[in-house]
Amino acid sequence: MNHIISPLDLSVEELDKLLDLANDIERNPEKYAHACEGKRLASLFYEPSTRTRLSFEAAMMNLGGKVLGFSDGGSSSATKGESVSDTIRVVSCYADIAAIRHPKEGAALVASMASQIPVINAGDGGHQHPTQTLTDLLTIRSLKGRLDNLTIGLCGDLKFGRTVHSLIDALARYENVNFILISPEELRVPGYIRDGVLQKTNVSYREVVRLEDALAELDLLYMTRVQKERFFNEEDYIRMKDFYILDEAKMKLASPDMLVLHPLPRVNEIAVEVDKDPRAAYFKQAQYGVYVRMALILTLLEIA
Amino acid sequence: MLNVGQIYEGFVLDHIKAGKSMTIYHDLGLDKLDCTVAIIKNARSNKMGKKDILKVECDIDTLDLDILGFIDHNITVNIIKDAQIVEKKKLKLPQKIENVIHCRNPRCITSIEHGLRQIFLLTDEKNEIYRCKYCEGKYNKS
Repeated sequence: MNHIISPLDLSVEELDKLLDLANDIERNPEKYAHACEGKRLASLFYEPSTRTRLSFEAAMMNLGGKVLGFSDGGSSSATKGESVSDTIRVVSCYADIAAIRHPKEGAALVASMASQIPVINAGDGGHQHPTQTLTDLLTIRSLKGRLDNLTIGLCGDLKFGRTVHSLIDALARYENVNFILISPEELRVPGYIRDGVLQKTNVSYREVVRLEDALAELDLLYMTRVQKERFFNEEDYIRMKDFYILDEAKMKLASPDMLVLHPLPRVNEIAVEVDKDPRAAYFKQAQYGVYVRMALILTLLEIA
Repeated sequence: MLNVGQIYEGFVLDHIKAGKSMTIYHDLGLDKLDCTVAIIKNARSNKMGKKDILKVECDIDTLDLDILGFIDHNITVNIIKDAQIVEKKKLKLPQKIENVIHCRNPRCITSIEHGLRQIFLLTDEKNEIYRCKYCEGKYNKS
């Protein structure tokens, strides 16, 4: 049984194959329109997430499959005290594949250990979010033409931002990738990423506080939102939320072919005026998210 | 000087850091066994000044000694048969520890699902770092 719990569950070769399939889906959507007929995706969302959930559901529908599930923990049997393991055992009887989002770290791994069907981690707390990573990789490879030889700025909440952790994990495997980690000191990357990935793989990285100090060097700027739901303390959230705002003036410091990515939703960290800049790629990124999830469903169901 | 009699089959854990014997007693699950256990605290030691010693009279396969490597790999494990030391076991860090230590990360799934096995994996042998299998949170011994 194959599951996707961490972005590293796919080797570089498997990843290339998956991204090739996603690009083929992009070029020939009609070829895949009935590929999952008769198949069901269980969409198990224990916390609200419009974007990821809709992206998964759209992906399954584009493949001709059906979707069932719940969109917040309050409407699931978790409120009655059912464990994740029991829920997935039951859901295995109803569906062919499951996407799970849960506020607690490690929940998707727990689900995969008990499941009879492939499980995709659609985000487990502040830990991992592999399908966002696949989306990011597909966007970068499609728009930049490569995943190696890149200088990547990661900006904002690098402590709780799971998209950032997953992206570092995945990109650290490519040649000559340099990271510039832009965050306030309180929101720097956690130890398990710094020690476990960056230092272990000898990837070059630098930590800076000011966005302006990094912009000119970047091939890619990955912005993130300071997420209210990751803070236990409202005061800390309010203090941090406006730390970085990317606007037209800052974009002038960047190179003409630097891409701006954002996992969305944004709050105010990218000014709306940046949307019309041709370097703004975050809405294209959402479209790539559907293609890559389609490719992933096909691969895990062994249809492609 | 207090005298504790010799044992015929079992093991003697020597060179335990003074004061740590009760922790080890619980971590090894000795409280659940129906066998003779001698806990010697603050024994004089040339090497350590003071040390604790545990003498356990039971079948040596009953216990999982891996956990000792995690607690303190400087502990000497003497295996006793017919009242003689037949083997001195060298301790090493176990690759996996199950249901001995608990994840303290309030965001970890184990914080709400108490039926899950508490599993920690050795991720960095040099620095003796263990991480929770589920959330990858680092375990701090202190």
